[in-house]
Amino acid sequence: MAIGIKKVARPRRMSMGETLYLLEIVKGLGVTMGHLLRNIVRQENIPTIEYPEVRRVMPPRFRGLHRLMKRPDGSPRCVACFCCSTACPAVCITIVAGESPDPKVEKYPVRFDIDMLRCIFCGLCVEACPCDAIRMDTGWFTPPENTREKLIYTIDMLLEK
Amino acid sequence: MEPALFIVFGAIAVGGAIMVVTRRHPMASALYLILTLFAVAGLFVLRQAHFLAAIQVIVYAGAVVVLFVFVIMLINVPEDKLPVERVTGMRFLGVVVAGLLILESALIVRRSGMAGTPAADSGSVEAVGRALFTDYLLAFELTSVLLLAAVIGAIALAKKKI
Amino acid sequence: MSGLFDLAVAVARIAIMLIFCLTFVVVLTWAERKGAAYMQDRRGPNRAKILGLTLGGIFHPLADAIKFLFKEDFIPDHVHRLFYQMAPMFALAPALMTIAVIPFGPPVTIAGKTIPLQIADLNVGILYVFAMSGLTVYGVILAGWASNSKYPLLGGLRSSAQMISYEVSLGLSIIGVVMVFRSVKLSQIVASQGELLWGIVPQWGVVVQPLGFILFLVALYAEANRTPFDLPEGESEIVAGFHTEYGSFKFSMFMMAEYFHLVVGSLLVATLFFGGWQFPYLASSGFVLPGGFSIGLPGAVVLLLRIGALFAKVVFFAWLFIWVRWTIPRFRYDQVMRLGWKVMLPLSLLNIFATGIALLLVA
Repeated sequence: MAIGIKKVARPRRMSMGETLYLLEIVKGLGVTMGHLLRNIVRQENIPTIEYPEVRRVMPPRFRGLHRLMKRPDGSPRCVACFCCSTACPAVCITIVAGESPDPKVEKYPVRFDIDMLRCIFCGLCVEACPCDAIRMDTGWFTPPENTREKLIYTIDMLLEK
Repeated sequence: MEPALFIVFGAIAVGGAIMVVTRRHPMASALYLILTLFAVAGLFVLRQAHFLAAIQVIVYAGAVVVLFVFVIMLINVPEDKLPVERVTGMRFLGVVVAGLLILESALIVRRSGMAGTPAADSGSVEAVGRALFTDYLLAFELTSVLLLAAVIGAIALAKKKI
Repeated sequence: MSGLFDLAVAVARIAIMLIFCLTFVVVLTWAERKGAAYMQDRRGPNRAKILGLTLGGIFHPLADAIKFLFKEDFIPDHVHRLFYQMAPMFALAPALMTIAVIPFGPPVTIAGKTIPLQIADLNVGILYVFAMSGLTVYGVILAGWASNSKYPLLGGLRSSAQMISYEVSLGLSIIGVVMVFRSVKLSQIVASQGELLWGIVPQWGVVVQPLGFILFLVALYAEANRTPFDLPEGESEIVAGFHTEYGSFKFSMFMMAEYFHLVVGSLLVATLFFGGWQFPYLASSGFVLPGGFSIGLPGAVVLLLRIGALFAKVVFFAWLFIWVRWTIPRFRYDQVMRLGWKVMLPLSLLNIFATGIALLLVA
């Protein structure tokens, strides 16, 4: 596309009535009053979402809080390979591995803590996981808490989600 | 009732005036000046000069002192850099002259006696307006010419290019 | 005994008027927040609950008041302590004093005594209002200066310049009203507005002084520091202007002063230009319509109708203040000054001149 000259519309000169402002002010008052009355009559049309009671529906690919997947027998699918904690740029995943009682499985996570205050929700842990044990499809973000300790999610909390 | 109120307002006016000249901080002086003007307005009300009292508060307390405060704010001298006032010969002389003035007015009042209580509506808007536009018309118009001259003078001084 | 009765009546009038205005201030803060929210497609305050009821957030002013009362009364280190503490009082006190001369009803007769429903019927009337409202600027200036920091100082400077400029137009714009009704006493002005013009239209100030009304309203908005003239606060430019450094109850005193101005301003507009407590075509015996019809009403009903009329007018103008605030953006500072000195002042002088000529021709 060739470089051309774009005509920018200059603001036209205001007419006599407009320079007096009074009529324009009345028009503006009409606009705001219209909004007010519409919103009083049809409260459900106000776009505000009343957060704790009503929750926004997140899009399907939204990266939210993590959850750990389970095997059919209920044990965690995670094999404590440390791939996720290695991939994590925010270093928020702490894993302590243990010898698994199941002979078919080598290791299992004794501890699997995610510090939600450090997590940047980049999704690299999900990408890194070789056995699809961690997902971020809960569709919700970090809730507010009173202490920082409450936002370090342990393996039990992550499995329950 | 009236003498008691006169003493109260008079004491506030005199006390405030003394504070105006003795305070070190200009803002405090300005606030005491408002107090004094208020007390004087109260004295006017006691002499049935209601219109004068209202105008006193509107013009002096409401506008003139605001300009004083405006200037004090703009210059805003830090408290530790305020000048220390000294008792000089001229100032001492000023106090003496003020004392003489008080003595003089006391003598005049003694000689000719206090004015009687003015009529209830002698200071109303109607009465003052009538007096200004009939008996004192010349003085009134001369004052307005003087004010006009002051306004023009102020503009001429403030604006370099008219 | 009679002296005691008079004293009781005087105290009762002051108490009723003050309580009414302060309650109205509280409700106004709610109306401002809720109205603003609905105008901007939001929901506004709706969380404070008493017994599970929110009632559209009406309890929020109560919650605010409790919060302000229990907050730490913090004084920053760098302020001029005495003036800093005085400023909120200077802001609130003159605003409270202004309501003294506004008549809120016709004189009533109780036990053979005629009691004017007005705290004090001064014979300087409207001048007293200007004397008091002129003093409110000190609260703002003192707050701005005593806070001893940059933005409050700017707010204080803006406010003092603005208030002095608009006080001139404010005073001049009502001279037309005073000329038409031939009195500065507010009770007299209201009484004159009960008459009919040409036997049809109520002789309200707005009918005989339309230009004066517009000028007065604009100057009033500027005096009350309300949008579009809220430059002393100007939260998008100078944080919060003069009350940037204030917190807890001192801040709430500034807030109360602002809303009290709003109430007093509405009362003044209603009194000077919209007939005060006059109900159209309502005489003290009942309705008297221009065609010669009349409907008789008992005295108590007439009194209630008249006080109700003033109340309705005040509610409307207070709402107009809020309505305008959420409609019109803030002026630029040079625009405010240009409007004040180059438009409002000549127009108000013209209004006086035209009123004088009209009065000469009519007489």
